[in-house]
Amino acid sequence: MRHTISVLVENEFGVLSRVSGLFSGRGFNIESLSVAPALDPTISRMTIVTSGDDNVLEQIVKQLNKLIDTIKIIDFTGEDFVEREMALVKIACEDRNRAEILRICDIFRGKVVDVTPKSYTMEVTGAPAKIDAVMNLLQPLGVKELVRTGPVVIGRGPKGWKSA
Amino acid sequence: MKLTGSKILLECLALEGVETIFGYPGGTVINIYNDLMDSPVKHVLTRHEQAAVHAADGYARATGKVGVALATSGPGATNTITGIATAYMDSIPMVVISGQVPTPLIGNDAFQEADIMGITRPVTKHNYLVRDVKELPKIIKQAFYIARTGRPGPVVVDLPKDVQMDEATFEYPDKVELRGYKPNYSGNLRMIKKAASMILAAKKPVLYVGGGATLTDAHAELMELAELTQAPVTTTLMGMASFPTTHPLSLGMLGMHGTYYANMAVTNSDLLIALGARFDDRVTGKIATFAPNAKIIHVDIDPTSIKKNVRVDLPIVGDLRDVLKKLLKQLGEKENEVKTTVDGLQPWHDEITEWREKHPMSYKASKSVIKPQYVIEKLRELSNDDAIVTTEVGQHQMWAAQFFDFIQPRTFLSSGGLGTMGYGLPAALGAQVAFPKRQVIDISGDGSFQMNSQELATLVQYRLPVKIVILNNNFLGMVRQWQQLFFDKRYSQTCMELPIDFVKLAEAYGATGLRTSKVDEVEDVIKKAFETDGPVIMEFKVAREENVLPMVPAGAGLNEMVLG
Ligand SMILES: Cc1ncc(C[n+]2csc(CCOP(=O)(O)OP(=O)(O)O)c2C)c(N)n1
Repeated sequence: MRHTISVLVENEFGVLSRVSGLFSGRGFNIESLSVAPALDPTISRMTIVTSGDDNVLEQIVKQLNKLIDTIKIIDFTGEDFVEREMALVKIACEDRNRAEILRICDIFRGKVVDVTPKSYTMEVTGAPAKIDAVMNLLQPLGVKELVRTGPVVIGRGPKGWKSA
Repeated sequence: MKLTGSKILLECLALEGVETIFGYPGGTVINIYNDLMDSPVKHVLTRHEQAAVHAADGYARATGKVGVALATSGPGATNTITGIATAYMDSIPMVVISGQVPTPLIGNDAFQEADIMGITRPVTKHNYLVRDVKELPKIIKQAFYIARTGRPGPVVVDLPKDVQMDEATFEYPDKVELRGYKPNYSGNLRMIKKAASMILAAKKPVLYVGGGATLTDAHAELMELAELTQAPVTTTLMGMASFPTTHPLSLGMLGMHGTYYANMAVTNSDLLIALGARFDDRVTGKIATFAPNAKIIHVDIDPTSIKKNVRVDLPIVGDLRDVLKKLLKQLGEKENEVKTTVDGLQPWHDEITEWREKHPMSYKASKSVIKPQYVIEKLRELSNDDAIVTTEVGQHQMWAAQFFDFIQPRTFLSSGGLGTMGYGLPAALGAQVAFPKRQVIDISGDGSFQMNSQELATLVQYRLPVKIVILNNNFLGMVRQWQQLFFDKRYSQTCMELPIDFVKLAEAYGATGLRTSKVDEVEDVIKKAFETDGPVIMEFKVAREENVLPMVPAGAGLNEMVLG
């Protein structure tokens, strides 16, 4: 089963390797990981998508908690949250598919952020499933490169983690 | 007043109450060594950095204090890794300081540079690279705090040479502030009340005790609980000596080479009370048949230990000693119920007595060849109750656990989790530094001894009268035993073809060497060794193909023991 967790850690030298090393050393999966400073710049917020059964998830959360640099863990399993990922896609274009590409872009509320006579670069944001869907449509048209950020998530409702 | 980083480090150590550190000099710690000459902190020069760390570990296990080791960058630091991993697996409080190349050179493959942060990350509780001398006092304060609190463990502080030379005003912080680290000592009272009622309802309880009892110095509380509830006590290798093996309630060790009666008691119990133990695979055997009818209470300071390997009915996170105190209070308020429960345990005790009588811990004695178990029995008879025993890893380690009696806490120091050959001698060295007057005995095999035999020099130099027992079977015995039992006796690379003259080896270092291959000389050799000042090697030529029994083959259940 897929789980999304946010990990708030000290924004310090080497902290990413502590977290990623924990996952590889203990044989936990990382499907995606994204990191950036939080509202409080001394804290980094990581969003990790992982998979495993309940016992594995329990161990992952406990093991992450055990790291000295971990300040807080938010496990979104069973919670209501907003999930967004961004993708940048470079597509080879010719006269015959230009319009089609722009149409797809439009439907998914993407943006063309770079154009050359031979390519479009498109930005799409949404839940990972939406990006998968765009990609399914674009793939046959000749995708040259894809960059995905991995999802970031935030809980729904008024409650917030200020330092996060 | 401004001080250099290296002086600040030594000031911090002194303020942490560190009396002795173990180490080995080199280019990136030369400033620290220079300042050591003017510091009250004493230094023991081992002959290998691995031994320095094991010595600090032995010191820590024997005293309960944080052990400290010091090594230079690159090869010095990489030599410490086995020692650090050993301490990590057994949760030993320790601070290891390594020199590092100057900050501007880090990452350049400079001379004697190694990425110690990267290498030690998975085998430390935490590690630090000090990049600014102003941070040093705070980091050392945190390092000691992290090492000794919660589930203890080793912390590495990597200290670049330029930081050692930079100056700063020295001020030692009096508080540690770590927003991400707040170990929970206090056991949840509601859970403890539940535990008390489970204990009162049990007909076949067993206390299963691990290293946590020693780490929290919970011996007195453990004794009180056992005597109050009359629950039999079995310990892991790490829990050895936290409950006297001579006590009528003691079942000895459980697990792969545990006693028949301990393993049968666990298998048949209806309530298993795990106290500071972590259900290691060497303890549980096949999980499916481990204590199948028991409810399990698990007390541990580390939440990751709970439900990692086995199902748990009642988890209690907290300091074992704190939990036991509260549990005793709960039970103390229910005197009558406790009495009824205890009275109800008679059939359980009878059952255990039957197992004890059916398969006691024993071996086939011999008049013609020295049985290794016999040597351990004689050592037990002839040594003091407060003697500290260290072991290496192999058959001799198991025989020590099976046939020696451990009466006082912190008298059995052995590498349980990592199983490090070469641990025992330097650990004995560290323990003897801590307790110069007590008997310290390293029980060793001929293979393990050769992994850190250079430490004889350290023993002689510092007049540390460690008594070394080598049970010489000219084999890597434990591996040979597996080859005999599971690989058709194909002894691939386990026969130590070259016989070593351990007596001469002792003499080469200025120590005393004694040897015998005769059963009737064993006692005399041991007596003579204990009467001799200074370090002594006792070499016993023992039965070469003796096996450690009983044994639960790897992957089998605790009730499927191969008996002697
Ligand atoms: C550093 C290290 N290398 C290898 C092993 C694997 N090993 C476990 S027991 C053993 C044999 C130990 O032989 P010896 O010290 O002579 O003791 P004996 O079993 O004969 O009593 C070996 C090689 C180990 N535990 N540690």
